[in-house]
Amino acid sequence: MDTAVIDLRGRASWRTVKNTIMTVVMVSGFVVIAIPLVAILWSVIARGAHSAFSQFPAFFTKEIPHISRLPGPGMGPAIVGTLLVTGGATALAVPLGILGAVYLHEYGHESRFAHLVRFMSVVMTGVPSIVMGLFVYVVWTMRFGYSAFGGSIAMACLMLPVVIGSTEQMLRLVPPNLREASYALGATKSRTIVTVVVPAALPGIVSGALLAVARAAGETAPLLFTIGAATQFNPHLFEGANNALSAQIFVNATSSFAGAQDRAWGAALTLVLLTFLITMIARVFTARFGLKR
Amino acid sequence: MIDQPKPLLGSSRDLVDRAFGWLAFGAAALVLLILGMIAMTMTSRASSVFSKMGLDFFTTKRWAPPENIFGGLSFIWGTLYTSLIAIVLAVPISLAVALFITQVAPRRLKMPLVYVLDLLAVVPSVVFGLWGVLAFASPIQGVYTKIHHLVRGIPVLQSIFGDTPQGRCFMTAGIILAIMITPIITSLAREVIETTPQNEKEAAYALGATRWEMIRGSIIPHSKGGIVGTVMLGLGRAMGETIAAALVIGASIGQLSLDVFSPGNSMPAVIANEWGEADDLHKSGLIAMAVVLFMITILVNVIASTIVRRSMARSRGKRT
Repeated sequence: MDTAVIDLRGRASWRTVKNTIMTVVMVSGFVVIAIPLVAILWSVIARGAHSAFSQFPAFFTKEIPHISRLPGPGMGPAIVGTLLVTGGATALAVPLGILGAVYLHEYGHESRFAHLVRFMSVVMTGVPSIVMGLFVYVVWTMRFGYSAFGGSIAMACLMLPVVIGSTEQMLRLVPPNLREASYALGATKSRTIVTVVVPAALPGIVSGALLAVARAAGETAPLLFTIGAATQFNPHLFEGANNALSAQIFVNATSSFAGAQDRAWGAALTLVLLTFLITMIARVFTARFGLKR
Repeated sequence: MIDQPKPLLGSSRDLVDRAFGWLAFGAAALVLLILGMIAMTMTSRASSVFSKMGLDFFTTKRWAPPENIFGGLSFIWGTLYTSLIAIVLAVPISLAVALFITQVAPRRLKMPLVYVLDLLAVVPSVVFGLWGVLAFASPIQGVYTKIHHLVRGIPVLQSIFGDTPQGRCFMTAGIILAIMITPIITSLAREVIETTPQNEKEAAYALGATRWEMIRGSIIPHSKGGIVGTVMLGLGRAMGETIAAALVIGASIGQLSLDVFSPGNSMPAVIANEWGEADDLHKSGLIAMAVVLFMITILVNVIASTIVRRSMARSRGKRT
């Protein structure tokens, strides 16, 4: 066990100077990281707004040009694809994640199995997204071909442990006497969970799930192997090649043509706005309806 | 917490109740199932490559998919080297920012800063990559050239900061990864630092310590373990990051150089960059690469979360 040792025997003036130096170091650390982050956001906003909004709303409604070196708008299919893939992933991962967390907190408690699942789900959050993509390629895409749903499965695998983790934290905040009151009325355990425990924790669960969705919506690597690269609208979740904003940014970023690069910046702005919007909604949920810790 | 007493009689109500329990169990077990399936299905898909290459996959650098030769050493090296650069750059900055936010920043500024950092943590990595390749790589090349001129003649530094710097290279990838993981490490480190009990901080101040001495004496000893774990989680993130690295690392094959300014490749980057043109055999090679990446990141994450959990448990134990 480390013991705290503070040496206060130095000259008072030197000690104050040292304190000031370290304060300056901490502030400059903040400045050092703020510069590139501001530069990135500035590039995305400035170049993206020019590309996405100069011919509003064509950028959002037109198809992606077949020949990528052509200038001009069109990201519509990628926007639809991102919404489809993310929506599908949410529909898969959120209910399963909530159920898993319910098991851990309401059934498993301190059992060895519950501890193992908790530990492995933390480990699973560290699995690289590209590995998830290839995994889904091997078990799904190789059999059923490209579709938005393949991307949804890969993304859902990434979201699942995040949703489990955040949901379990919220279930912990539900006071035990709510459960006991429900049992006293004769409700079964499942009924208590569905009608009392989960609703009590719902705002927090929704907020955690939305943060997971925001993170997942920008994922690129899992989509490279699973959804294909369609340039036309494809509103079907289960059929046919699709596209996504993130995948399209990746493809266009390596292009040497100004037109493709412009579209990449526009797509980047759209994607950043989408993820920020979802994050903001999550914040509102926590702030408005959150349980007090 | 009191569990509901077991009902005396079996009924349909009881059946629904038990079915729900099993459903929840299944959802929890899904985590283990997915991890197991990843290891199994991908290894079997790549088994031809593993059985042909054996240990050569890890120790040789010749990567020639058409000839059925897959030496992954240069990509493993690239992954480790770029993550190392990223960690060296990101950790001091993250810790400085975490301490700044928790200890120095005025209370009114604290929440907005946390808010902004959390927002930056959700910026998609492809956006960092896009900025890196289109806006950062060419201007930074001039800076690299200047650094090379500065260290010319100094034995080791001269080869690390080599001549003919490229815009897309190990260093650029390391910098972009550092920018990406800084918000993540900062926010985890902030949580660790905030578990320092108030009375330990006050004790230091009561002895007449300055703020820095309080940080040295109370916060750092308390959060050391947690911060080490946090850094390792950041390392895991940097190693698995695909898209940003794929765009700015330079995509050269078989590069085993210490020169940070030379173009290279990393495991996730080579998968993303070569997948489009890969035939069946080549794909097996790339999937084999993903298996190795999976194993390494799992290892890093298991170690990291064990450290974080131990240190959290210890600090919780100390408080009560």
